[in-house]
Amino acid sequence: MMAEAGLAALWLAAAMALLQLVGGMTLLRGGAGQLVPLIKPAAYVQGALCAFAFLALMWLFYVTDLSVLLVASNSHIDKPLIFKLAGTWGNHEGSMLLWVSVLSVSGAAIALLEKRIEPKTLNATLAVQAFIALGFFAFLLFASNPFERLVPAPVEGNGLNPLLQDVGLAFHPPTLYFGYVGLSIAFSFAVGALLTNQVGPAFARAMRPWVLAAWIFLTIGITAGSYWAYYELGWGGWWFWDPVENASLLPWLAATALLHSVSVLATRNALRAWTIMLALVAFAMSMAGTFLVRSGILTSVHAFAVDPERGAFILALMLLYTSLAFVIFALRIGSVKQGEPFQLISREGGIVANNIFLSVILAVVLIGTLYPLAAEAMGDKISVGPPYFNKATVPIAVLLMLALLIGPMLRWRRDDLKRLKYWLIGGAAILLCSGIAVWKFAPDVGLFPLLGIALSLALAVAAWLPLRGRKLLRTPLPIFGMVIAHFGIAVSVFGMAAESGFSSETLTALAPGESAEIVGWQVKLDDVNPVVGDNWVAIEGELQAVKNGNSFMLRPQSRQFFKPEMQTSEAALLTRWNGQFYAVIAQPDQEGDGRWQVRLWWKPFVPFIWYGGLLIAVGGIIALLGRMFRRAKKPAKNKWQTT
Amino acid sequence: MNRPWLLWIPLAVVAFIGGLAMYGLAVPKDEQVHSAMIGQKLPAFSLPAATAGVEGLASGDMADGKPRLLNIFASWCLPCKAEAPYLEALKKAGIEIDAIAIRDRPEDVAAFLNEFGNPFRRIGSDSEMAVQLKLGSSGVPETYVIGGDGTILYQHIGDIRAEHVPMLIEKVNAAK
Repeated sequence: MMAEAGLAALWLAAAMALLQLVGGMTLLRGGAGQLVPLIKPAAYVQGALCAFAFLALMWLFYVTDLSVLLVASNSHIDKPLIFKLAGTWGNHEGSMLLWVSVLSVSGAAIALLEKRIEPKTLNATLAVQAFIALGFFAFLLFASNPFERLVPAPVEGNGLNPLLQDVGLAFHPPTLYFGYVGLSIAFSFAVGALLTNQVGPAFARAMRPWVLAAWIFLTIGITAGSYWAYYELGWGGWWFWDPVENASLLPWLAATALLHSVSVLATRNALRAWTIMLALVAFAMSMAGTFLVRSGILTSVHAFAVDPERGAFILALMLLYTSLAFVIFALRIGSVKQGEPFQLISREGGIVANNIFLSVILAVVLIGTLYPLAAEAMGDKISVGPPYFNKATVPIAVLLMLALLIGPMLRWRRDDLKRLKYWLIGGAAILLCSGIAVWKFAPDVGLFPLLGIALSLALAVAAWLPLRGRKLLRTPLPIFGMVIAHFGIAVSVFGMAAESGFSSETLTALAPGESAEIVGWQVKLDDVNPVVGDNWVAIEGELQAVKNGNSFMLRPQSRQFFKPEMQTSEAALLTRWNGQFYAVIAQPDQEGDGRWQVRLWWKPFVPFIWYGGLLIAVGGIIALLGRMFRRAKKPAKNKWQTT
Repeated sequence: MNRPWLLWIPLAVVAFIGGLAMYGLAVPKDEQVHSAMIGQKLPAFSLPAATAGVEGLASGDMADGKPRLLNIFASWCLPCKAEAPYLEALKKAGIEIDAIAIRDRPEDVAAFLNEFGNPFRRIGSDSEMAVQLKLGSSGVPETYVIGGDGTILYQHIGDIRAEHVPMLIEKVNAAK
């Protein structure tokens, strides 16, 4: 019963989206538009229906209704409740339903709350959103119906991919999805404003919180995904330039650029066309990301269930939306007036530098990700790995960091570097001293780790300078958000540079009782024991790590799952203030002489990478809260009329 | 805007990427990495006999004007046991097969041949996988079609199954 109700709600919601779209079209044709007053109510109803459909599916997972195909194939009566609920979105159909539900609820929220932009632009925005939603409704209803029944119903259900039975991972994909949906809303705003010719500060202010929210989710998602890969894959790396990782990085890069340029548009009414362009690119990148992940056309360590037909559907949607949007862009952007002028040395100039560098990194990553596909089309088979990505992106990232040392201190419109001379000298001194110190301490560390450490130390100071001369209690929250996020970048880059420049690694084969040494740590393999879990068996090494008289136990495992069969490494981690000890044990040596392969790493300051990522997200959250408070205080009624 | 055509560049990029993606979806995926040595002459090597009673293998032995198969196998490899009957079938069809045994011991190879029969003319022992890597082979079993002049013509990755036998016969005969 619940399944049928959910399915009916989806169909009705699709009808509402169609109504919004038709209403929006009559509005743009300039006709009488009897449908136009219906656009907003239709958005409310669509949001409510989708929320209901999603809750219905969650209910089916909660009661484990095995007569529903999706529940039967992804759940099990004995599964813990949290994983039963996570099963709602831990599969293709459910995750697409989540996608469309968040999209619809956000549309309803815009219709209800957004009062700053002209009603015509708002209606156009809602129509664009309904157009996007319609594509995904079609996808759900025709190609991935989550409410399909299974006759006869099985008795206990199939279970969930063991790798997904991890609390972190249960929440990782939806985090990225929220980010993607937020970018789709920015896209709708941009197309709406283009269509009604309302590209200006009011539009930018309406779009900004959505960009910010999307960016926060993407930042958290990428940080969490990186940490997951670090401890779960057991390769000791935190970024592999894997296609699926790149698929989440690309929208993040575009969103980061957009976040900065939209601020320029909101405060200074400049960078109009560029901001629109970035909004379109950001959404195109999140669609491309979804496509890459779901279609499996690129080989990746992330083994998703892959279905070429669904891949084709998402590809068609992606091409439809992005090419239509770029056609509208090409036809309409000429009518968008040039924004306010500014000089090269100014806050705007700094943000333009930020945007250029981020866009170049984006292009480099996109080319590297798609290149294997292009090469295969020409009959060549290659894969593009870290050597390319690191060489091509790190130098640009260095330039980006240099811009960040100065940009936030500059004044809007025009400024003079002479005003900043004390900081320029101070910053150069920090760079030089820390660079020389690192070079003295470790002459063969390599250029980029050295630059990374020097730049991050300078940035750790520079990040706080925008607060100088301000009364802290009267400083707007978004400024604090910016400061914290930029400081987070310093922390994260420091971790990356320290890890890549100073990690030590050793691979040995130990029999119980034998020891190995790594940078001052004495590591002894005490014993190896078999361990049994719910749906896996493992061998667990007992490692005793001793340094300066302190002794710690580490228990890395090598797990063998059944159903589906899969081997995973559970690394054992020991976190100290200045780094992390990382141990992995592998299945026995082939020779069969009673030794076990043990791989040990000492990774200085590696947790800083993720602390930094979280700080960046916290900065975003503070900025978002600041924007919301400010708006609640002075409701900008009909502000659009004054511009 | 002085150059309106510039505005259409993003659309062109989308079209290009879309085309690539469509190609990627349309063409079935080939996950195997094939040897870069195909079309080239065999690298020079000379391997000792892998077991008593069967001669060892040198690259010169395979450039005698007669095309044949080169099978890379090991006695400890399960799929190699599974493909043994089909190698036997190939031999019955008149195809000559040479072999390289990877990281193996003479007594194990002898036991393997005892149990599954010996379809091979010569078997070289590659205890350090040096020749295997030179051939661009990454695992066992693999089977190469070698032309009469010692050129590597074709690489079959994985075990030979019943459906592969006619294809391999045809490839060897085509090389005559």
